[in-house]
Amino acid sequence: MVKIIALIVAIALIVGIIWWFFGKHTESSAKAQVNNQQQTANIVVHGGYSPERVVLKKGVPATVNFEMKDGTACLSHVVFDKLGVDKDLTKQKVTSINIPTDKAGEYNFACGMDMFHGKVVVK
Amino acid sequence: MKLSSIQRFWISFVLIIPMIIQMLAMPFHWMMPGYNWIALITTTLVMLIAAVPYWTSAWAAFKNHHANMNTLVAIGTGIAYFYSIFAMVTNRPVYFESAAFIAVFVLLGDTMEERMHNNASNALKKLLDLQVKEASVLRDGKFVQVPLDQVKKGDVIQVKPGEKIAVDGVVVKGTTTVDESMVTGESMPVSKQTGDNVIGSTINGDGSIEFRATKVGNETVLAQIVEMVKKAQTSHAPIQNLTDKISGIFVPAVLIIAILTFLIWYVFLGATMVNAMLFAVAVIVIACPCALGLATPTALMVGTGRAAKMGVLIKNGEALEEINDVRTIAFDKTGTITVGKPTVTDVVGDEQQVLKVAASLEAASEHPLAKAIVDRSQKLKIKPEEVADFKAIQGRGVTATINGQLGFVGSPKLAKKIDQKLEDQASQLQSQAKTVIYVGLGDQVIGLIAIQDTPKESSAEAIDQLKARGLRTVMITGDNEEVAQAIAKQVGIDDVIAGVMPNQKSAAIESLQKDGQKVAFVGDGINDAPALTMADVGIAMGSGTDIAIESGDIVLIQNDLRGVVRALSISQKTFSRIKLNLFWALIYNVIGIPIAAGVFVAVGLSLSPEFAALAMAFSSVSVVTSSLLLNWTKVADA
Repeated sequence: MVKIIALIVAIALIVGIIWWFFGKHTESSAKAQVNNQQQTANIVVHGGYSPERVVLKKGVPATVNFEMKDGTACLSHVVFDKLGVDKDLTKQKVTSINIPTDKAGEYNFACGMDMFHGKVVVK
Repeated sequence: MKLSSIQRFWISFVLIIPMIIQMLAMPFHWMMPGYNWIALITTTLVMLIAAVPYWTSAWAAFKNHHANMNTLVAIGTGIAYFYSIFAMVTNRPVYFESAAFIAVFVLLGDTMEERMHNNASNALKKLLDLQVKEASVLRDGKFVQVPLDQVKKGDVIQVKPGEKIAVDGVVVKGTTTVDESMVTGESMPVSKQTGDNVIGSTINGDGSIEFRATKVGNETVLAQIVEMVKKAQTSHAPIQNLTDKISGIFVPAVLIIAILTFLIWYVFLGATMVNAMLFAVAVIVIACPCALGLATPTALMVGTGRAAKMGVLIKNGEALEEINDVRTIAFDKTGTITVGKPTVTDVVGDEQQVLKVAASLEAASEHPLAKAIVDRSQKLKIKPEEVADFKAIQGRGVTATINGQLGFVGSPKLAKKIDQKLEDQASQLQSQAKTVIYVGLGDQVIGLIAIQDTPKESSAEAIDQLKARGLRTVMITGDNEEVAQAIAKQVGIDDVIAGVMPNQKSAAIESLQKDGQKVAFVGDGINDAPALTMADVGIAMGSGTDIAIESGDIVLIQNDLRGVVRALSISQKTFSRIKLNLFWALIYNVIGIPIAAGVFVAVGLSLSPEFAALAMAFSSVSVVTSSLLLNWTKVADA
C-alpha cells in the first residue's frame, strides 16, 4: 500500500517537475525609469535575475543596478559578453553597470557559469 | 555581520569535527555519548551558516521556473536534514552527518572555485597594474610630477633610466633602449632615438629621454589591449551552445533521475525507504552542472590572457575556435612577409664611389628607391657631395653635375653605352626580381645598385613552422609573377597569387575558400580590411603604436610573422583544453550519477551522499585547475 502511494507521488512529482521547468512561462520584464536624461533599471539578484529583461530607451545614458541578495557562489559574477564586462557582485550591495544606448540592440548577461541568463534591450 | 564564504567554511568545519570523530570511531564500535543531540545541534548550526543561503537562492530560482546547482544542494541537504529530525523523533537511525558534510563540502568547493576563478582573471589585472601613477611633465619650462589622468596630448614627458614610460608618444630628445616585452612580448630591448615611437607602460633602459605624448587615456596601446582582452575573456565560443542546451535541462533531469532511483530501489527492488532515499540524495548531490558551465569560460579566460602576454590578441572565442579548422593561410606580401620598404641588396662596381654619386644625386628625392640608397650610404658613413644643375627626367631618373662631371642615376637609357659585363650582371639581378638602378659619371656607367623589398628575417622561419603544422601557405600580392615568385622562393611559400589589385584581394581569398576550406588571411590591417573580413580568420599585424584593433579577429602586436605561429599554437592549446574540460565534465556526470544511483552496488561500488558531495565539489575545482594549467603549457615560441 505504502509502495503504491510512493509510486503515485513520485510520478506526480516527475510530471510536476516537467511542467514547472519545461512548460511555457512568461519571463519578467521591466522598463527603465527615465530621469533628467539619465535612466536606471534595477535588477535583484536572488536565485536568478528579477526582472530578467529590462528595456532601455535608445539615446539616454543608462545604468543598470544589480542588487545582490544571493549568498551563493553561483550568482557571484555578472557577465555581459558583448560589453566585456565581468563584475563581482559580492564586493558591494549594489553594482552599477553602464550600458551604451547609442544603438538599438540586445545585450545578454549571464552569471559566471552561464546558468542564469538575462537581457538588456535598447530600443 | 556578513561572513565571507571562507569564514563560513571554517566555522562549519569546526562544527562538524565531533561528527568526523564519531565517523572515525565507528569501526571500533565506540559511540559518542549523546551523539544524536550533539549531531542535531551542530548540524542545525551548519545548516544555518552553510546551507540556508543555498536554500533561499534555490527557492527564489524555483519561483522563476529555474533550477541550478543550488537547487540540487538545497534538496540534498534539506532531505537529509529534515529526514534526520523526523528519524530522531520517531527513534530511527539519523543521518545528520550527511546533511552537514554535503553542506561543508559544497561550500569548500565554492570557495576554492571562487579563488581560482579570480586567479584566472588575473592576467587582466596584471596588465592594468602596468600603468604608472604619475609622469614627469614639462609645464612652464620645468618638469613637474603630474598624475597620469592629467597628462594631455602634446605634453613633453621626461623619462629617467629605469623608469616606466607613461603614455604613448614620439621621442623628441635623447637615445635609450626600452624593454617592451610586457606589451609586445618581444624580449629583446628595442633601441629608441628621436622620432621613434614609444609605448606607454614599457620600461626605459639606461638612457634618459624626453618624448611628446601622442596618445593618452583610452587611446593608448595598453588601454586598447586591455579592452580587447576584457571582451575576449567574457566572449562566447560556439562550442558553448552545446553546454547551454545541456545546462538548461540538466537540473530538472537530475531531479527526475533521483526520483526514479528512489522508485526503483524502493518499489521494485525492495530496498528500505531510507536506503532508497540515500541513493536518491547521492544522485542529487553528485550531479554537477557547474563543471560543465565552467569548462569553456575559464579556459577562454586563461588562454586569451596568456596570448595577450605573448603579443597575440584574440578577439573572441569564435576566432579561437575557428582558427583550429584553418587549413590555408594567405599572406599579404608587402609589409607582412617583407619589411615593407625597399632596401639596397647589391652594389656592383666600386661600392664607395657608386653609392657616393647615387646618394649625392638622390639626397633630396622622396622616392622610396632613393630613400633606400640614401639609407645605405648613411649606414656606410658615405657623405653626399654638393650637386648642381639637378634635373629629374620623367620615367628615367635624375641627372646633376657633381665635381664638374655630369652624373646620373636611373634607367640604362640615361647612359650612352654600357659594358657587356655590367649588362649581364644587371639581367642576373633582375632575374632575382630586384630593381636595378644604373649609376654613371660622364658617359660611363660606373656601377649598379640592386634594390628589393626584402623579406623580414623571421618570415622564412615562421612559414617553415606553419608548413610543419600541415598548413598550405599562399602569398597574395600586386607584384608581377616574377617578383612574387622570387620572394616566395626565399621564404618558402607554397603558392603565389600575383598581379592582384588591392581591391581584388578579398576576391582572391574567396577563390581560396571555394573548395570549402577555411582560410586565414594575414595582413597589415590598414589597407587589407576587406580581405581580413572575407577570410574565416583575419589576422591583423600591427607595428608599435599603430595597432588596428578593429580590423582583425586576431591582432598581432608585433610586426612579425612568428606571431601567427604563436596565435595558432595558443588557440589550439586553449581549444583542446576546452574540449578536455567539457569531456571531463560530461564523463564525470555520466559515470558519477549511475554510481550514486547504486547501479554498481552488485559489484560493491556505491557512494554515500557525503562522498558524492565531495566528488561534486572537486569536479568543478578540477575543471578550473585544468584551465589554470593553460598558464604553464608549452606554447610554440617561434
